[in-house]
Amino acid sequence: MIPSLRRIGAMILRHLYILRGSWPRLVEMAYWPVVNMVVWGFTSQFFASHSDWVSKAAGVLIGAVLLWDVMFRGNLGVSLSFLEEMWSRNLGHLAVSPLRPWELVAAMLSMSLIRTVIGVLPATLLAIPMYHFSLFALGPPLLLFWVSLMATGWAIGLGVAALVLRFGLGAESLAWVLVFALAPVAGIYYPVSVLPGWLQAVAWAFPPAHVFEGMRALMFGQPFPIDRLMHAVALNVLYLGITGAVFLRTFHIARRRGLLMGSGE
Amino acid sequence: MIESAIEATRLCKNFGGVCAVDDVSFSVETGSITALLGGNGAGKTTTLSMLLGVLLPCSGQVRVLGEDMIAHRYRVLPRMNFSSPYVDLPHRLTVRENLTVYGRLYAVEHLKTRIAALADQLDIKGFLDKPVGRLSAGQKTRVALAKALLNKPALLLLDEPTASLDPDTADWVRTWLNDYRRESGATILLASHNMAEVERICDQVMIMKAGRIVDQGPPVDLIARFGRATLEEVFLDIARGKDRET
Repeated sequence: MIPSLRRIGAMILRHLYILRGSWPRLVEMAYWPVVNMVVWGFTSQFFASHSDWVSKAAGVLIGAVLLWDVMFRGNLGVSLSFLEEMWSRNLGHLAVSPLRPWELVAAMLSMSLIRTVIGVLPATLLAIPMYHFSLFALGPPLLLFWVSLMATGWAIGLGVAALVLRFGLGAESLAWVLVFALAPVAGIYYPVSVLPGWLQAVAWAFPPAHVFEGMRALMFGQPFPIDRLMHAVALNVLYLGITGAVFLRTFHIARRRGLLMGSGE
Repeated sequence: MIESAIEATRLCKNFGGVCAVDDVSFSVETGSITALLGGNGAGKTTTLSMLLGVLLPCSGQVRVLGEDMIAHRYRVLPRMNFSSPYVDLPHRLTVRENLTVYGRLYAVEHLKTRIAALADQLDIKGFLDKPVGRLSAGQKTRVALAKALLNKPALLLLDEPTASLDPDTADWVRTWLNDYRRESGATILLASHNMAEVERICDQVMIMKAGRIVDQGPPVDLIARFGRATLEEVFLDIARGKDRET
């Protein structure tokens, strides 16, 4: 086996052992997406009979909340995988092992994918019998939306991991809150056009606005907005490149400042 | 075989204007057990961290097992290992799971057999399937040693290997380390506050004070040079600034 793949696999195994050993963690991962979906499902049912806009595309709010959870869980999957090493004071052992920093990043991204599937899939499946809404009806574009939002979540998660590495566990709450800074301009539940002009410019500078507009376009029966998706891809490459480079650079700074051995609770 | 397992040349490390290691040069002979002694803040852990490559020196060079540790640390890391009471293994994972993960990181062949052999040698068989967080300090030390020995390292760096252990377990660890060195020919460098331990198992001693190596040599030579009965007395002389006899 390629040595890098074996080491990445070892790190994934380390996190799978934790999940296997704790069913409450597994339940917790699926819990919030399901609760969110149920609440927004009933809200959608109410609006369907009171809002012309929602009635034209039943499930637009459920689809939005499920895809938002992809981004939220994507971010949390990366940052929690890193925080696990900090909480267990294990980073020093990893830093003196043959594991390269980029392999650690690859393992965190892989774990994020696994955590997101475990977290969001049950809610997605439950929406079918509960509200007769299938996210899978979006077809192949769903995969592109998923990947795009996941990549944005990864970019935020890597940024959080870099901040935690640099400033210690005092910065850990950012793992849960930083992603919400994007929520007002992501156009999750409303079109970007409702935002003031200057804020629309801000919204278009981030990938989620393009993805959620694309999702709505499809659900309202419009053609697949390939230009929106291309914008999202380009922005994701940019942000993921920046935060990935920042994380690796922070790792190097941590070596200079002696932060790797003394990290932890 | 490389004559010196470690060669440090003019190592310096400052943290925000405070000099932690000041122009330190030394070499550690292959196959030896060498101790790095010094009081709190003397620079032992900083020196160990630079040897491990997790801390970059401000200046100077480190060669480990014949490789430049600053430029090519990933060529050397698979052949060395490390243990410290201040760096933990994941508490929620069992001992076996921890050893499996690290075994894969170090590309250990026939991993199950290796874990079984270490479990036998280090007497950890009874709690292989227990989470590390539920072990006693002595058990954790043996598990940390098992992790450090998984890849049969040619160089083993140990930070206070017997800290917070009861005398019986500490004695057992010392005996085991000595046996491992004899059987494998590995080089061991340890940082310790325990003078009796160092006197008993180490071939060479380097004493650090305020970031510098102030004296070094075999324990018996140091004791003779200072005209003292034990290494602890030598250490106290150095710590309190008293000169040696000659």
